[in-house]
Amino acid sequence: MISISPTYLMYYLPLIISISLVFGATRHEDTQTILQHASYTARWITGFMAVIFVILMVINWML
Amino acid sequence: MADSENVIQVDSERIHLKNRTLAAFLAWLLPGAGHYYQGRNTKGSLYLVCILSTWMLGFALGGGHVVYASWQPGDRRWHYFLQAGVGAAALPALVQGNRMRKLTRNGETSPAYEPLWGGFMAPPDRPVIEDRTDEVSAWYATYGAGYEMGTWYTMIAGLLNILVIYDAYAGPLAVPISGRKKPEDGQSEDEPSVQGEQDSVNHEQGAATQ
Repeated sequence: MISISPTYLMYYLPLIISISLVFGATRHEDTQTILQHASYTARWITGFMAVIFVILMVINWML
Repeated sequence: MADSENVIQVDSERIHLKNRTLAAFLAWLLPGAGHYYQGRNTKGSLYLVCILSTWMLGFALGGGHVVYASWQPGDRRWHYFLQAGVGAAALPALVQGNRMRKLTRNGETSPAYEPLWGGFMAPPDRPVIEDRTDEVSAWYATYGAGYEMGTWYTMIAGLLNILVIYDAYAGPLAVPISGRKKPEDGQSEDEPSVQGEQDSVNHEQGAATQ
């Protein structure tokens, strides 16, 4: 199903943590709000990538 | 610029941006340094840890060869423009790149060339020709996906620091519309539902002086 080893997906973790936190911090000053925004961003990016993943899988399955 | 224009209010917190240009320069030189200068220590620490760890992780994944400055035929390292966003950490590559450039004629490096610091951030040996075996392809072969991912990590870290530089210069960016929650029952359309967002909307320069 996936042509690469699932362990490659681990590369995603440090990136999503870093991007979400920095993205949240550049929009707020309060720590709690930064964490809330970071959590929202991480979920949004993960969800978006999951949708793309499913679409590509379906296309692959149909071909 | 009047001192009052350097005071803003975000998330109910008053921020004195001090010398904005200096803060932006410090933020570029070392991620988070501009915020330490402004007394925004929590954010400074967050930026320092997140950006530098991402950059260093990428650097390590690529075996220390993903960051180098080169603009030679066959090896135009445009990635470096983004990697240089982290400032001082990427500057040794400029020194190495310039040293090699001076000893390169017609795409071939002089045998007299010796990289500094054991080859730390040095460009690959010349010539580098696409689709041929050279030092770059050897790095790809040795580090595999790590070389590719390391390049991405370092580029993303540099790009993130551009946001940080802006934050040091002008304060937090406005919250995008897509980041707002739908208004709850009894709440007006214009009223954001999250306190932090409401304060962000009130992000006005000079608010503290009024």
